[in-house]
Amino acid sequence: MDTPLANPVRSIFEGKLRDDTVIVNIGPSHPATHGTVQIIAELDGERVLRTDVHCGYLHRGFEKECEDHTWHNLIPYVDRLNYVSALINDFAYCDGVEQLMGVQITPRCRYLRTLLSEYSRLVDHLTCVAAGLMEMGAMTAFLYLVMIRDYMYEHLAALTGARVTHTYGRIGGLARDLPAGWLTRLEEILTQYEDFIARVHALVDRNRIFIDRLRDVGVISTADALHWGYTGPILRSTGVPRDLRKDTPYLAYAELDFDVPVGIKGDNYDRYFVRMREMDESVYMMRQLMDMLPEGPINVDDRRCTFPDKTLVYSEIESLINHFKLVMDGPSVPAGEAYCAHEAPNGELGFYLVSTGGGTPYKVHVRAPSFVHMGGAHRMLDGGQLADIVPTFGSINMIGGECDR
Amino acid sequence: MATADFDTLRQRLVPAAGPASLSHGMLVFALAPAELMPTVQRLKGEFAFDLFLDVTAVDWLGQTPRFEVVHHFYSTVHKVRVRLKTRVSEADPSVDSLVPLYGSAAFMERECHDMYGIVFRGNADLRPILLYEGFVGHPLRKDYPKQQEQPLVPYRT
Repeated sequence: MDTPLANPVRSIFEGKLRDDTVIVNIGPSHPATHGTVQIIAELDGERVLRTDVHCGYLHRGFEKECEDHTWHNLIPYVDRLNYVSALINDFAYCDGVEQLMGVQITPRCRYLRTLLSEYSRLVDHLTCVAAGLMEMGAMTAFLYLVMIRDYMYEHLAALTGARVTHTYGRIGGLARDLPAGWLTRLEEILTQYEDFIARVHALVDRNRIFIDRLRDVGVISTADALHWGYTGPILRSTGVPRDLRKDTPYLAYAELDFDVPVGIKGDNYDRYFVRMREMDESVYMMRQLMDMLPEGPINVDDRRCTFPDKTLVYSEIESLINHFKLVMDGPSVPAGEAYCAHEAPNGELGFYLVSTGGGTPYKVHVRAPSFVHMGGAHRMLDGGQLADIVPTFGSINMIGGECDR
Repeated sequence: MATADFDTLRQRLVPAAGPASLSHGMLVFALAPAELMPTVQRLKGEFAFDLFLDVTAVDWLGQTPRFEVVHHFYSTVHKVRVRLKTRVSEADPSVDSLVPLYGSAAFMERECHDMYGIVFRGNADLRPILLYEGFVGHPLRKDYPKQQEQPLVPYRT
């Protein structure tokens, strides 16, 4: 190569603030930041004076690709936004398309989606808390949590066929019903979860090192959090119970009994605790849902979106044509636009869908919480210590897949 | 969302922000570019739309004006969302930046600028965010071919 590579990023800093400061690049590929993100920081010794956060290293043209595939074919792509809680992405997207089509999902599907959304939230929070603890050296707690998470991944694989990117949602329903014994195994896992989460609480909650590293670090006020667009656990950690599951209930959340845990001052310790408490609430909700789960079909009986039964496809011409049209042309979604938001583990996950009629979207836009959170991340990092960047960034829980799309 | 609250809010909002339509449970206002900033100021100041959710654009290639800039807002007080749609022309694809009102607008406007080339007047930092320095064109415009490649690192031959 003759010419040197151009720098893909231009820092906003035009020179240094003072002569004795130093500007360093943290990332985009750094062992202590999970997620491909670049933080350009100006340091005065160990103190961070200002930061410039860059994302986009994982950009793979999701929204452009969406405009070239049928509504159904997007579901695997949607999985790969927040790949830690793929099911919530699936259901939020399907919900948006169903709104456009005017489809009412069946009761069993509604409860199952709620149950699996909470399961996904549990997995996502486990990952976030485990990674955050590991970065501070709490290897035992990390292994406890990731072990439980792996039971859950295996369990979800038994239902969906894949550990991480499940592709389980369908427009108007779900890919398949629960296999036999699935709920029994779920109860076993939840019991184990409670055992191990108690051990993690005992290990770290009152641990001096843990508190010193997290208390009063990465503080953000409610007004600032709203100004910078924060939603989800970060906004709740500042003390306001803002949760879409309560505020604008969707799926079956209106029928469930649950609390919205909030923090006190919006620091890293509060964010840890809000996530831990939310997991308990998720388990509480899942137990209610296991009792409420009705029998019945999981897919709506609507030929515009639901695939006909395979035996019918092979035996009668109408179903064969129906199947063919759904695969080749896609579900027929009436012209219109919808914004559908679900409470994802990181905050408000919104899908803005525009249809001009037909089987392919005209536009799909994702309001990804991680991306918005990166826009305000400098508010939490500036003024802190260099070493605090790692736990603060960890507590924001930026997921590259949905941030960069 | 309580229906009564929503209707009350709607009756108060419509005179303030102009004619609205209702789309899948959300109030939608179609604005001229000059009305955007005053409308958002009123939404934030009088109606407590304190959370700026999202800005994106839709490229209606072949129509005039070509682009539609779409803003979403949420009120954590009323628990209601609104959508503002602003049509801008291909020759002058610019609207006012909302950075003076919402900090979160800075990043999202950068993305919209990347993808559609919409210029946000008043946003001093429109550097590429998802794309890289030196990227030519705006990939989400309908006339940008999906297969077009601009490798930053030359392919090995």
